[in-house]
Amino acid sequence: MLKEGQIRIPSGCAISGVIDLEGGGVCGEEMIRSISVMHDRSNGLGGGFAGYGIYPQYKNLYAFHVFYEDQSAREECEKFLDRHFDIVNLSKIPTRKHPRITDAPLLWRYFLTPLATKLSHSQLDEREYVVRCVTRVNTRMKGAHIFSSGKNMGVFKAVGFPEDVGEFFRLEEYEGYAWTAHGRYPTNTPGWWGGAHPFALLDYSVVHNGEISSYDANRRFIEMFGYKCSLLTDTEVITYVIDYLVRREGLSLLEAANVMAAPFWTTIAQQEPERRERLTFLRQAYSSLLMTGPFSILVGFEGGLMALNDRLKLRSMVIGERGSRVCIASEECAIRAISPELDRIWSPKGGEAAIFRCKEEAQCQ
Amino acid sequence: MSMTAFAPNFEVLRDMDRCILCGKCTRECSYGVHQFSADHKRLHADEAKCVNCFRCVAACPTRAIKIIRNRQAVNTSTNWSANNLREIYLQAATGGVLLSGMGTTKSYPVYWDKLLINAAQVTNPSIDPLREPMETRTYLGRSAVPVRRDPAGKLINTLPPHLTIETPILFAAMSYGAISYNAHQALAQAATELGTLYNTGEGGLHRDLYQYGANTIVQVASGRFGVHRQYLEAGAAVEIKIGQGAKPGIGGHLAGAKNIGDISKTRMIPEGTDAISPAPHHDIYSIEDLRQLVYSLKEATAYKKPILVKIAAVHNIASIASGIARSGADIIVIDGLRAGTGAAPTQTRDNVGIPIELALAAVDTRLREEGIRNHVSLVASGTIRNSADVVKAIALGADAVAIGTAALVAMGCHMCHSCHTGHCNWGICTQTPELTKRLDPGAARDALVHLVGGWTHEIKEMMGGMGINSIETLRGNRLMLRGIGLTDAELKILGVMHAGQ
Amino acid sequence: MKIDAHHMDYLLLNQAVRRQTDSEVEIDHCLGQRFIGTGLANKTLVINGVPGNALGAYLDGGRIIVRGNAQDATGDTMNDGEIIIHGSSGDATGYSMRGGLILVKGNAGYRAGIHMKSYGEKSPVLVVGGAAGSFLGEYQAGGLILVLGIGCEDRAPYGYFCGTGMHGGRIVVRSDHIPENLPDQVAASDLTPGELEQIMPHIHRYCETFGIDPQSLLPHRFYVLTPNAKNPYQRLYAMN
Repeated sequence: MLKEGQIRIPSGCAISGVIDLEGGGVCGEEMIRSISVMHDRSNGLGGGFAGYGIYPQYKNLYAFHVFYEDQSAREECEKFLDRHFDIVNLSKIPTRKHPRITDAPLLWRYFLTPLATKLSHSQLDEREYVVRCVTRVNTRMKGAHIFSSGKNMGVFKAVGFPEDVGEFFRLEEYEGYAWTAHGRYPTNTPGWWGGAHPFALLDYSVVHNGEISSYDANRRFIEMFGYKCSLLTDTEVITYVIDYLVRREGLSLLEAANVMAAPFWTTIAQQEPERRERLTFLRQAYSSLLMTGPFSILVGFEGGLMALNDRLKLRSMVIGERGSRVCIASEECAIRAISPELDRIWSPKGGEAAIFRCKEEAQCQ
Repeated sequence: MSMTAFAPNFEVLRDMDRCILCGKCTRECSYGVHQFSADHKRLHADEAKCVNCFRCVAACPTRAIKIIRNRQAVNTSTNWSANNLREIYLQAATGGVLLSGMGTTKSYPVYWDKLLINAAQVTNPSIDPLREPMETRTYLGRSAVPVRRDPAGKLINTLPPHLTIETPILFAAMSYGAISYNAHQALAQAATELGTLYNTGEGGLHRDLYQYGANTIVQVASGRFGVHRQYLEAGAAVEIKIGQGAKPGIGGHLAGAKNIGDISKTRMIPEGTDAISPAPHHDIYSIEDLRQLVYSLKEATAYKKPILVKIAAVHNIASIASGIARSGADIIVIDGLRAGTGAAPTQTRDNVGIPIELALAAVDTRLREEGIRNHVSLVASGTIRNSADVVKAIALGADAVAIGTAALVAMGCHMCHSCHTGHCNWGICTQTPELTKRLDPGAARDALVHLVGGWTHEIKEMMGGMGINSIETLRGNRLMLRGIGLTDAELKILGVMHAGQ
Repeated sequence: MKIDAHHMDYLLLNQAVRRQTDSEVEIDHCLGQRFIGTGLANKTLVINGVPGNALGAYLDGGRIIVRGNAQDATGDTMNDGEIIIHGSSGDATGYSMRGGLILVKGNAGYRAGIHMKSYGEKSPVLVVGGAAGSFLGEYQAGGLILVLGIGCEDRAPYGYFCGTGMHGGRIVVRSDHIPENLPDQVAASDLTPGELEQIMPHIHRYCETFGIDPQSLLPHRFYVLTPNAKNPYQRLYAMN
């Protein structure tokens, strides 16, 4: 059977996320509780989490989480990492034995920073240098897959139900200012861990529910800019699109959302002139990055979360607010599970991004 | 009737029980097939002249006429078709270059018919196009621009001019001269009503049609007929014609007989002279010269109009298109092997170039490999026969398509392959006043509007079926296609998987 | 008004020219900027230096004076006005001209006057003082090309394949030499006194403009090249 990257596998899903706008600690265990309520939206073929602010002791270093199929893949990849980075710390990612999580690959974590000489020789911006190194490993090195590469954040994912995956990775031992979680319902899968979500690049991580009908149009466009969609999943291409629009083109997240979920032309025509002009420009300039078909996504980034629905709102998404806490999930029950009392609960409109950022001082802690 | 070396292509059957000897057929046929006998008591048919244009069949008040393919047995062999033999007899008699009208009659693969379209089931919902919004509006032009902001951080619109079309279907370039004034007027009015564009071809623009300028692409070919400042300013965009699919590497040649009256006035050449615009442009002998012509036209139109470059699909099309994309052109039109023409040397029409499907796929892929697909829009033409062909072309990577033959058929063309004779009985491809008046421009306009309107509905149905509600997310979305009965090489070039994969 | 074109690219230069409200504009230090005077209708441009390709393309009136040589495709598809070159011009000078006048003091390159056409009142004139390159007047459909052959009186003042594909207009040549191998479509005959009278204004214009004594050019033998037929390729095809 072909694995992700060799064939495109449609999936349905559950997503959930939480952020504390004051930067207060949210324990991984809460996220497990939230996503587990939506058990029936997953089918046990993939689950995962992204935690932000979980590595304060190494917050200035890139944290790489890597799957290895065997020791030789690890040796080869470490040689590569050694040539390109200064590795400050490396260890296995802590896990516990779990009856429903089996066939685990080797799981390693590295805290590192680009080698100054290599970086200056490359004439690249530091983040672009890291992206290229990650892409190189993931596309060229057999048996090695870097699935998390941001600073002060980390992705944990596996084949299984999300609550089991959380327990396996001992997420109750982590605390951060924001989390996202994902339970996957793929139509079929060979059970490859790399195919689980979130999908991440640098500090961007994406969890997604739905199936975009524009997939190949988006993929073939974004690949012009050096990205290689090696997993053939929506989540992967959405992540690259966000990285391209925000990091490389310099758009704001809101503008990026206006590209991905651009309003209909008839809707744009009804806007006041300045907004109409902006929406028209964005839609014309990036027409191949419009996404059609159902999707609801949660994007994690340094200091915040963004929630976005497709423009027809073909997928459900609910936002609950309580004090400095904001919870976002496919279903209200996932929010009530961790925050029974809410100040406000609402659903964002189709195509309208809801962006939440921690207060700056909170982020710096 | 003189002795002929070859059996006529058609037999003219006249049911004498029905024929009332009204003689309408003799007046309708511009080829002179039907003639009265000397005593006016019988009607004869000189079958050698018949092209099966259907005019007499349609006009006969008693439905007495039927044209059938000649049943005469011809001695052929595996290697020598009846057509091969006929052409040899013709050339042996005349010593001429064989000249044909319309697209090739050779049976090259039609890849449109070997591609299948996807639909959503369960994992993703299909969309009802009759009730939910479904967008076919398309912008053509360069979209790769730097992101710039004003001091307040507001995005600045840095996009060069685009063409806006409400459906991704343009009318292909057909010159005034090749086709009649009435046909041009019908195209201009239909384009205006549909919110799309027609294309003047290389014969200039009749003064009376300047009013449709916003829906007109004006063409500049090597002969520069009718090209002047007002002409360039009249259109919504300017197209540089390098080549056309039916005759790559060969230019236009309007016979002096068709260059009469307003045609010659519009082309600005003396009446009765041949209008020749052989390939190439004499200021373009290399790719960097193309840049010069592109920018001279941009200068002449103050950078307010997109520039299209039309090329024939030839072997090295991917590299050529990529060169054009770097030359400042905003839109590339690729015209395939099976495209139509008013007149082309038969051997060129039938043997030079490659099919549009392969060319389009190769160009789209190459432009993406080079990271410049968004520097240009792509328009595909050369046998777009129905709305499914449009959907497939866009999924392969086109921004829009152009239709020529389909538009002519809608206006009444019966594909008799005789455009080059100038005798078109339907008033489309002729300049003879008695014939041109047979085409009612209002009816022809309505027919074009109906055709493109119907296709647009069908495109929306198919898009909705795929769960796509905006045409730009179909563009280059090759996962929406599967091949059927194709070889590995064909699948690779088309960039699609085989059905079942 | 003067514009110093030093280090200006053609976009800037042409914008500056278009913005000028003065009817006369002088460009100094011109070096290769393309498309100068494109589509211009009502100005006099004086260019000091070497203008780039496609000088005066689609020119619609006014006058362009070049104090030096011009490059390729000068007067491409020009409709009206004058281009006066106090030097030589490159290839495809007067390509598809449909009206107006081009005077070249010296020589013109390959394919001068290619696709020249005329209709009714509109009849373009291209005058080359010296010699023209090969393919002079290729596909010519109308208008007048006048080659004075100054300084090359010992041979035909143009290269090979003159008038190939010609089907309208005239090429008048001041020369004693008619090549033997002119293309089939072209016929040569001596200019009649009446015909010479017709073109005299152009000769005088040339002489006045460049300060040449008309007596030095006349009397001399002139001949005219005209097409054999309006439809040179009519018999080429067999209707299939």
